[in-house]
Amino acid sequence: MKNAVRKTIMPNVELTCVTTDKFKTGYFSVNLLNQLSAKDASKNALIPSVLRRGCAKYPDMESLAAALNELYGTTIEPVVRTKGEIQCSGFITTFADDKYLPGENDLLERVIGLTGEILLAPVTRGGLLQADYVNSEKENLCDQIRSSLNDKRTYSLVRLKEIMCAEEAFGVDRLGTVAATEKITPIMLTKHYKKILENSEIQMFYCGTADFSRVETAVLHAFSILPRGEADAGIGTQIRLDCGEVKYHTESLDVTQGKLALGFRLGETMYTPDYAAITVFNAIFGGSVTSKLFLNVREKLSLCYFASSSIEKHKGVMLVSSGIEFDKYQEALDEILAQLSAIRSGDITGQELEGAKKYVITTLKASMDSAMALDSFYLGQAVEGLDFGLEEFAAFVERISIEDAVAVAKSVCLDTVYFLKGNQEEAMK
Amino acid sequence: MKRIEYGKIGETVYSETLENGLCCIVVPKKGFSKSYAFFAVNYGGCDRRFALDGYWIDTPAGVAHFLEHKMFDTEGGNALALLSSNGASPNAFTSSGITAYHFECTENFEDNLNVLLSFVSVPYFTKESVDKEQGIIAQEIKMGEDSPSRVVYQNLMKALYANNPIKDSIAGTVESIAEITPETLYHCHKVFYHPVNMVLCATGDLNPEKVCEIARAVLPESPGEIAQRDYGAEESMLPVKSIIEAQMSVSAPLFMLGSKLEPIADGDRHYFRMLMGELACMLLMGPSSPLYARLYSEGLINNRFYSGLSDFPGGVFATAGGESKNPEKVKDEIINEAERISRFGVDISLFNSLKKASIGGFLRSLDSMDNSCYALAEGHFRGYSPFNGLELLESISVEDIQAFIESAFKSERMALSIVKSKT
Repeated sequence: MKNAVRKTIMPNVELTCVTTDKFKTGYFSVNLLNQLSAKDASKNALIPSVLRRGCAKYPDMESLAAALNELYGTTIEPVVRTKGEIQCSGFITTFADDKYLPGENDLLERVIGLTGEILLAPVTRGGLLQADYVNSEKENLCDQIRSSLNDKRTYSLVRLKEIMCAEEAFGVDRLGTVAATEKITPIMLTKHYKKILENSEIQMFYCGTADFSRVETAVLHAFSILPRGEADAGIGTQIRLDCGEVKYHTESLDVTQGKLALGFRLGETMYTPDYAAITVFNAIFGGSVTSKLFLNVREKLSLCYFASSSIEKHKGVMLVSSGIEFDKYQEALDEILAQLSAIRSGDITGQELEGAKKYVITTLKASMDSAMALDSFYLGQAVEGLDFGLEEFAAFVERISIEDAVAVAKSVCLDTVYFLKGNQEEAMK
Repeated sequence: MKRIEYGKIGETVYSETLENGLCCIVVPKKGFSKSYAFFAVNYGGCDRRFALDGYWIDTPAGVAHFLEHKMFDTEGGNALALLSSNGASPNAFTSSGITAYHFECTENFEDNLNVLLSFVSVPYFTKESVDKEQGIIAQEIKMGEDSPSRVVYQNLMKALYANNPIKDSIAGTVESIAEITPETLYHCHKVFYHPVNMVLCATGDLNPEKVCEIARAVLPESPGEIAQRDYGAEESMLPVKSIIEAQMSVSAPLFMLGSKLEPIADGDRHYFRMLMGELACMLLMGPSSPLYARLYSEGLINNRFYSGLSDFPGGVFATAGGESKNPEKVKDEIINEAERISRFGVDISLFNSLKKASIGGFLRSLDSMDNSCYALAEGHFRGYSPFNGLELLESISVEDIQAFIESAFKSERMALSIVKSKT
């Protein structure tokens, strides 16, 4: 890693630091890593939201908000992400860099201090997380889970993953389910909170003007009461290399535009994954505006309003998402698969390869200018135990050939086809 | 070039108005790998009626947006593909007041800028490509109709405004875009896409002189004219109707509340009012207000609740929205709280701490290249510099806030738009 420093600073706690004076905003995240599971996903998702309601020092939203205002509008927001089948829950803290604030020189320390207090010293009653906070955040979480229905593109992808990976942890949404959330009690949640605080691997990330030692000192001070027990052994992502018979699933909702979503597995290429080749293959197929899906399925044939593919590299899954007229289902499906076959048979021009590589490299380099993108990248690297940085990855991409991309395409297999169409009465119109 | 240093925020802005009237603004950022260019026209979804050679002309809803889609077509192919294959990520959008074309890249900035400036200034439309685009945009419109957040917004505009074109969707309707022909597009391009009616903003590790040089070489020499526009008969401060409802497949009812405010002429005063109004909304109903805490703990709002000021050509309104089991109750509570503050005064310590928070927030907003360029372009068209924001924020007084809250949140000025779930 050229531009980042990563060290273990406490048992099972790693801190990654990117020191740069490019930004006026400082960025800090703390993430508790747990195995994604139907049993615990909602609990892990709920904990940061409950903690964010108040800590011992600032026990309600108003006093906590006032403290954040005093820190020049610092934001400390709950975050729940997945990297493959690892669920990462915690907080993202963003704050003004004290360099631009006359008379301020310890904003970083105060901000990380408050983040630590929210995570470690919640307001409790009788030793339990406050019931009213737990109950109202349960409701909010249920609302948020249900609200995936509001954006039909997201919804179709959530459903696709559920159907495709019904037997795997990957099929579990990062927020879990409404049913699991409703069952959570303050006692259960308090126990689970204590358990993950003690046993979870913790990844922290900082990006801003401060150097590693200043951040490390601030963190060690703020997290000095963090309990550290036996680490959870063996969390990770199970990769399935083969696809069975293709699953087809159609649903109806009151919509005017249909959504066709396809789930693929990357197959045996995941045995020794070449992430650079996988990323370039995706950019050629459907991950960029010079891709086959964009140029042929959308632009040339006007079959879709949008058609794109994305890769979840930890799990080795590729999802294709498209918006179509209801009666274009078969045509669009055939055409998407035809584009994949074309890549398999080596039908990639030098121009397509170069366009895809440029697109990937530009995206990677642009990530270096965004603290949030850097956080996501390094968290992914930490989860996989990989130690190359963005620049090194860009150099790997540079070396990818047409043959490398074709090899990935040959390994890819279709697992599930999901179609969201309108209600019958709508279709009659 | 004119060089202004904004010492407090650590930025330097270079600007120049070229011989052809185009304003170029460059904000150099040392050490960034990414560069960003933003080329905008003072022409948006609301600019539907304008004067040309002494005649008033009406155009269908959706032309500015349609034009934005079609500008990427060039005689030699497609500018989107050209920029992409050159390593840039290009995109464009049409708002109520402006159309903007932009790209970011990490290399070949000058080549890419050349392409951007050329394709936006040279129109190329054919009957065939316009017909095809009608299909694509019709799909986009349908997708919008499936989006509850767009419906809740568009309905609010319909309920608030009787005459201003903001009441219609920027993309138009399937019917209105069917009226668009290549001639409509050539015509509107000719009327609005003049150097004098446009602005070029760029940021990244750049040489400002070089940016101007490229603009000089590529763009037409004649400045053109700024067309006079008409946004309909003057609006009263009362809404068309106070409540509007729709039913869709949503998980929880969505709502958006709007309160009509008097428009202010362009310039620093306008920008000051926008910043001040935002601060007043934070004080009345932002996350650190007593009202927010109460509504949140009663389960009437969740963390997706928002509030603020929104402006467009010819109008401005204060707004609040999100998801709620009982939007009417949220509306009543906001009105009551505004009355309470009007009567008992603003909480001074909350005011001071919110000002601090706004200063931090303002500083941080400058980290986003797209935000900065958008703000600079909009500021140029409306006669102010957004980089003065810090001084303006500091100059806001308690009395300003008090007066704003007293007048802005009156029940008779408000409309409430709700999207309920279909059962």
